Amino acid sequence: MIRIALKMLFGDRGKYLMLISGITFATLLMAQGMSLFCGLMSWTFSTMRNVRVPIWVADPQVEQCNDNKPMRDTDTTRVRSVDGVAWAVPFFQNLSMARMQDGTSKMITLIGLDNNTLIGAPTKIIAGRLEDLRMPNTVIIDDFGVQRFSESRDHLIGVGDVFEINDREARIVAICETHRSFTGGPYVFTTYDRAVQYAPGQRKMLSFVLAAPQEGVSAEELARRIAAQTGLAAFTHSEFAWSTIMWYIRNTGIPINVGTIVIIGFIIGAVISGQTFYSFVLENTRHFAALRAMGASSGELTAMLLAQAFLVGFIGYGTGLGFVSVLGINLLKLGKVPFLLLWQIPAVVGIAVMVIVAISAVIGIARIVRLEPAIVFR
Amino acid sequence: MGTSLGIRVQAVNKSFGRGEARTAVLKQTTFSAETGRLTMLVGPSGCGKTTLLSIIAGTLHADDGEIEVLGQRLDQMKSNAVAKFRAKNLGFIFQQFNLIPTLTAAENVSVPLVIQGHPYRYAEKKARDALAWVDLADHANFRPAKMSGGQLQRVAIARALVHDPQVILCDEPTSSLDSENGQQVMELLRKAAAQRDRMVLVVTHDNRTYRFADRMAEMEDGRILRVLDTQEEIRMHHPLGE
Ligand SMILES: Nc1ncnc2c1ncn2[C@@H]1O[C@H](COP(=O)(O)OP(=O)(O)O)[C@@H](O)[C@H]1O
Ligand SMILES: [Mg+2]
Repeated sequence: MIRIALKMLFGDRGKYLMLISGITFATLLMAQGMSLFCGLMSWTFSTMRNVRVPIWVADPQVEQCNDNKPMRDTDTTRVRSVDGVAWAVPFFQNLSMARMQDGTSKMITLIGLDNNTLIGAPTKIIAGRLEDLRMPNTVIIDDFGVQRFSESRDHLIGVGDVFEINDREARIVAICETHRSFTGGPYVFTTYDRAVQYAPGQRKMLSFVLAAPQEGVSAEELARRIAAQTGLAAFTHSEFAWSTIMWYIRNTGIPINVGTIVIIGFIIGAVISGQTFYSFVLENTRHFAALRAMGASSGELTAMLLAQAFLVGFIGYGTGLGFVSVLGINLLKLGKVPFLLLWQIPAVVGIAVMVIVAISAVIGIARIVRLEPAIVFR
Repeated sequence: MGTSLGIRVQAVNKSFGRGEARTAVLKQTTFSAETGRLTMLVGPSGCGKTTLLSIIAGTLHADDGEIEVLGQRLDQMKSNAVAKFRAKNLGFIFQQFNLIPTLTAAENVSVPLVIQGHPYRYAEKKARDALAWVDLADHANFRPAKMSGGQLQRVAIARALVHDPQVILCDEPTSSLDSENGQQVMELLRKAAAQRDRMVLVVTHDNRTYRFADRMAEMEDGRILRVLDTQEEIRMHHPLGE
C-alpha cells in the first residue's frame, strides 16, 4: 500500500514539488535563522574564545565579557592570595581607535596581556612571532585586522608595518587568527603595560583578572572561593560565556528578530505544506474512498498518508539543509557574517519539520478516516 | 449449475438527513440474488439503487434490517471485519471507473491484491493476466489518461476480478460509455458471472443492457416491486429493451 501511496504522490508532480518546496523553504528559513542567532551569540563571547582561561574575575557589577567596569590594580594580588589559585594575571580590554599612516581611523578591540606570562595570547600565529611582543611598541593583529587596515593601501599590511593607537606607535610583529568580535573591530593584542599606555588616561585600567586553579581544585570551586573572599565576581569559562549570551538575549532585540524569522519559517512551512497536502488529499478523496470500498482499512489509509507526508518532509528537509549548508559555506567565505550551524540546529529544525508534516498528515487523515466509502458510488 | 443465495437483504430501512429534512430512501426493502447468475437491479433514477448496493457492499450502514452476503451477516460485523470481508470477497465496478490516474493499468488492477497483503510482483503478474482476460494485455503500462472510456471500464473489470472474488458489484457500469463499449463491458460481465460460485449484481437504468440479465429486480421508491426470474420474462416485460 505504501508503494501505491508514493506512486499517487509522485504522479502529482505539481503538488509534490509544491510540498517539497514548502518544507525546503521552511527548513531554510528556520535553520538559517537559528544559525544566524548562534553565530551572533558566539560572537558575543569571542574575547573569551580567543583568550581561553579557566576563570574570569571581574567587578561585581559585570555580567558579560564585553562589559568594562575597571577594577583596582591591587585586585590581581587579592585574587592571587585566594587559596587554590595556581596563577592570576591582569587583563585589559577596551575599544580604541587605530590610526593608519594614511590618516584613516579604524575601531579595534585592544587586548592587554600580562607582561611576563602573556597568558591568553593568541594560539594561532600565522605570521611573525609571539615572543617579539616583548619588544617596545609592538602589537599582534588578527587576520581580520589585516583586511581592515589594508583597505586604503595598495598592498596588505603585515609584519613590520606601523600604525598608531591614540598617537602612540604600534608596530606589528605577528598576525594571528581570532574569532570575530561582536563589537565589530579587529583584535589587537599587546602587553598589559603597553595597553594601559595606549588607552587614554584613566585612573583604573584593570578589566579582568584571569586565573586558574591548582591541580585538585575545580574551576567552579575556585570561582566560588574567589568571589567569597574578594567580593569580586568570579566565573568559570562556561559560566561567563553563558552569562554573556544571556545578557545579550535579555538586553538586545536579537532573540526577537531572529525568533521572528524562525517562527515565520515554521508558519510558512506549515501553511504551504498543510494546505498543499490537504488539497492533495481532497483531490484524491475519491481514490482513497475507492481503496476503502475495496477493503483497505483505516490503518492502511493512515499509513499511506503518513508515508506520503513524511517522505515529502524528509526530501524537503534534506534539500533545505543542503541549501543552508551551501549558503553558510559561502557566507563564511565572505566573512563578517554571523553563521554557526551547530549540530543541534538540524535536529531542532528536523523536529519542527516533522511537526509540520505530522500536522499536515493528521489533517488529511482526519478527513480520510471519516470518509464514507459509499461516496465512490456517487 | 446449482444456485444458492449469495445476497439476502431483509426488511432494510435507510434514511438520510435529520429532523424535517429526513427522508426514507429504503423502506423495508427485501432483496436477494443467487450465485452463478447476473442479477440486474433496475429502476428510475433516485429510487435507491445505489443506496441498496452500498449497503450490500458494507460501505453504508442500514438503519435496521438484515444484510447477509455469502452467508455472513454484514450488519452484525465490526467495520474492520467488513473491510476485510470486502477485500477478499467483493469486486467493484463503478460508474466513474475510479482508477487512480497516477498508476498504470497493471498497477491499478493489482490494488485489490495489494490490499489483501500479496507481494507487489505477484500482484502485478496476476494483474497482467486479468488485463489479458479483458483483452488489454498490451495496455498494461498505460496510465488512465491515455485510455478511452471503454478501455478504462475494462481495466476496472480486470481490477474487480483480479483477486477472484465471489461477488461482483457494479453501479451503472455502462452509463458513461457509448453503446458499443457498453455491450462489450456487459459481455465481459456475463462471462464473469458464468463461472460457478460467482455472482454479478449490476445496478443500471440503461435498458440497452437488459438482455444480459439472468434475473431482474425492479425497484421503485425504495422498494423492490417485481422480480423477473428468467431472460424470457425480462424480454416479455421489456420488449425492445425499454
Ligand atoms: N448521502 C446521502 N445524503 C442524503 N441523501 C442521499 C444520500 N445518498 C442518497 N441520497 C438520496 O437518496 C435517494 C436515492 O439515491 P440513490 O440510491 O443514489 O438512487 P439511485 O442510485 O437509484 O439513482 C436520492 O433521493 C438521493 O438524493
Ligand atoms: Mg445511482
